[in-house]
Amino acid sequence: MTLSSLAPILQEHEFFAGLSPEYVQLLTECASNIRFDAGDMLFRQGEPADRFYLLRQGKVAIEISAPGRPTLTIKTLGDNDVLGWSWLFPPYQWQFDARALELTRAVALDGRCLRGKCDNDPVLGYELMKRFSQIMLDSLNATRLQLLDLYGLPDRRSAW
Amino acid sequence: MVNEFSTPVVPTIEPVMQPSIEPMLPRLYQVQRTHKETHETFTLELTPEDGQPLVFTPGQFNMLYAFGMGECAISISGDPADSSKLMHTTRIVGTVTTALSKLRPGDVLGIRGPFGRGWSMDLAEGNDVVFVAGGIGLAPLRPAICHVLNHREKYGKVVLLLGTRTPQDIVFRRDLQKWRSRLDVEVLVTVDRAESGWQGNVGVVTGLIRRAPFDRLNTIAMICGPEIMMQFTVMELLKRGVPAEKIYVTMERNMKCAIGFCGHCQLGPNFLCKDGPVFRYDEIKFWFEQREF
Ligand SMILES: Cc1cc2nc3c(=O)[nH]c(=O)nc-3n(C[C@H](O)[C@H](O)[C@H](O)COP(=O)(O)OP(=O)(O)OC[C@H]3O[C@@H](n4cnc5c(N)ncnc54)[C@H](O)[C@@H]3O)c2cc1C
Ligand code: FES
Repeated sequence: MTLSSLAPILQEHEFFAGLSPEYVQLLTECASNIRFDAGDMLFRQGEPADRFYLLRQGKVAIEISAPGRPTLTIKTLGDNDVLGWSWLFPPYQWQFDARALELTRAVALDGRCLRGKCDNDPVLGYELMKRFSQIMLDSLNATRLQLLDLYGLPDRRSAW
Repeated sequence: MVNEFSTPVVPTIEPVMQPSIEPMLPRLYQVQRTHKETHETFTLELTPEDGQPLVFTPGQFNMLYAFGMGECAISISGDPADSSKLMHTTRIVGTVTTALSKLRPGDVLGIRGPFGRGWSMDLAEGNDVVFVAGGIGLAPLRPAICHVLNHREKYGKVVLLLGTRTPQDIVFRRDLQKWRSRLDVEVLVTVDRAESGWQGNVGVVTGLIRRAPFDRLNTIAMICGPEIMMQFTVMELLKRGVPAEKIYVTMERNMKCAIGFCGHCQLGPNFLCKDGPVFRYDEIKFWFEQREF
């Protein structure tokens, strides 16, 4: 897929909603089309975090492993989700593993390329930061809900 | 000009199916089959000793009496179109539910009901329908799902979102598979926690709402699960643009008489046993958000 054919994909993606076509064009310069088969690792904990992914189609599990314990899936992501923000913060390393559960098509955006463009144009940087902050906030809230153990029997107001 | 989206939804009070005989007197039912749904939930299939089928609307409940142990409120989980058997799906939490879990085919129990106001199936006609269930909250929704699928042409898109704690806590697996195999229902299941062999979704059920295919303005949402899960689900639906008057929740409180006498089930000005257990969200919003109620 050529760069010019990636531009409409970025433009239409919810994550970039409202971003000017000029900026989308600029970001397309950091984008590449990518696919993973079921079982492929997108990245592993500790590896350099040099990109993020706009998932177009498929399913990816975010996993955490600890010695002597079974690997836990913390979250799955699917069509139109955005995966990865470790490229934004030093030391630019993945905190978790990500595994494709099925054939997954994505657009990968190169972190170093993006950081360069954001450093050159703080308005673009701010736009991207706002979007990633929203994703991080949603993720934090979802984790809080998971911690609440919604379906347990804490104070027995409900048996469901 | 009438905006189709702003047409007010008429009040939800529907004729309530009243218990056919003396409401405090249990009728005898015999257990025909038991089915273990998960390690802590089971379904009883029952038939009346007097041969009179029990007619109910989806969302209504019965009082189940385990002789010598006591009574508890359990929603009807069967298909309303199948009057040959009465179904109840129960999670084991204490004295009565433990006693019910020990019943075997041929055993007899007492049933009072059906009680309460169920889901507004008629008002949902012509709309997309989104069911959101948390854990065993799928049980009271099951009759409504069966009703919609029995009258599929009367409804728009049908979406079922189910969240449970782990893959082992998923109830009605056979139904989920059957519904999934239909091309006219979207079934999305997610669990809070899973080991890596699980190929399904992991994440809270509210996360499914964003990607569920329904028309936000022409949708009726029916939610059943722990109150905290329902609160977050309502927030997510409102965020997506579903109007508050198109969201229904089912509430749970301790019940004794189930006919509006004893006051045990009071929620603000409402008695859950007769005004509920299903409420339109905007009718009980205030009480829903009060911690101490
Ligand atoms: C309208 C309605 C429909 C219901 N439908 C179902 C259903 O389909 N399936 C299902 O599994 N359960 C359902 N329940 C919940 C069920 O009624 C309770 O789990 C049951 O009464 C517990 O009885 P028990 O004797 O086993 O537990 P108990 O020994 O009475 O209680 C165990 C613990 O739970 C608390 N508790 C018990 N019941 C309630 C309650 N209703 N509210 C708050 N705290 C309670 C007690 O205080 C105690 O701490 C429904 C409840 C209502 C009100
Ligand atoms: S249970 Fe007695 S009033 Fe509702």
